[in-house]
Amino acid sequence: MTEIIKVFVGIFVGLGAFLCMVTALGIIRLPDVYTRNHAASKGSTLGIMFILIGAFLFFYVKEGHYNSRLLLGIVFIFITSPVAGHLISRAAYHTGVPLWKKSVLDELKDKEKHEKHGLDRSNGEGK
Amino acid sequence: MLDLVLKISLIAVTLSMLALLYRVIKGPSTPDRVIALDAIGINLVAVIALISMILKTSAFLEVILLVGILAFIGTVAFAKFLEKGEIIERDRNH
Repeated sequence: MTEIIKVFVGIFVGLGAFLCMVTALGIIRLPDVYTRNHAASKGSTLGIMFILIGAFLFFYVKEGHYNSRLLLGIVFIFITSPVAGHLISRAAYHTGVPLWKKSVLDELKDKEKHEKHGLDRSNGEGK
Repeated sequence: MLDLVLKISLIAVTLSMLALLYRVIKGPSTPDRVIALDAIGINLVAVIALISMILKTSAFLEVILLVGILAFIGTVAFAKFLEKGEIIERDRNH
C-alpha cells in the first residue's frame, strides 16, 4: 500500500471518529429532543460517511478494484439517516414532547392548529 | 502507524456508543431513546468498517449494508408506532 493513501485513510478515519465523539457529546449534553436529534442525524451521518470513505480507499488500494458494497453502504446511509431523523423528530412533535423552555421559535405551532381546523371542517362538510 | 490510528478510532467510536447507551437508559422521553438507538445502530456500522480494516479482510462488508437497513427500518417503525399507535395499518381508508 502506498504511503500517501495510508495518510489519507488515517485522516478520514480520524475525522470520522472525532465526529462520532462530537455526536455522543451532543446527545448527552443538549437540552431537549429536537436539539439532540439535530446532533445525532447530522453529526453521525457525516462521521460514518468519513469512516466509510476511509474504508473504501483502504480496500481500493488493497484489492485493486472498487468495492461496490461499501459504495452502496455510503449512498444508503447518506440517504436514509436524515430521513430517519426527520421522522422521529416529527413523531416526537406530534406526541407532544415539550420544547426546551428557552427555545424562542416554534414555527409549527400555528400551522398545526390551522391544519387541524381545516381537517375538522372538511370532515364536517363530508358528513 | 495506520494500525494505531485505526485502533484509537475504534476505541473512540466504542466510547461514544457507551455514551449513547447512557441516553438510552436515562432519556426522559421515548423519542430520546429511539434517537439514541438509531445513533447506536449507525455507530455499529463504523465499528464494523474499522474492524474489517484492522483485520484486513473484506468479509464483513455485507454486514454494513444489513445493519444500515435494519437501523433505518427500526427507526421508521418506532416513529410510526409513536405517532399512530400501530405499525401496519389494515384499514387504509381511515
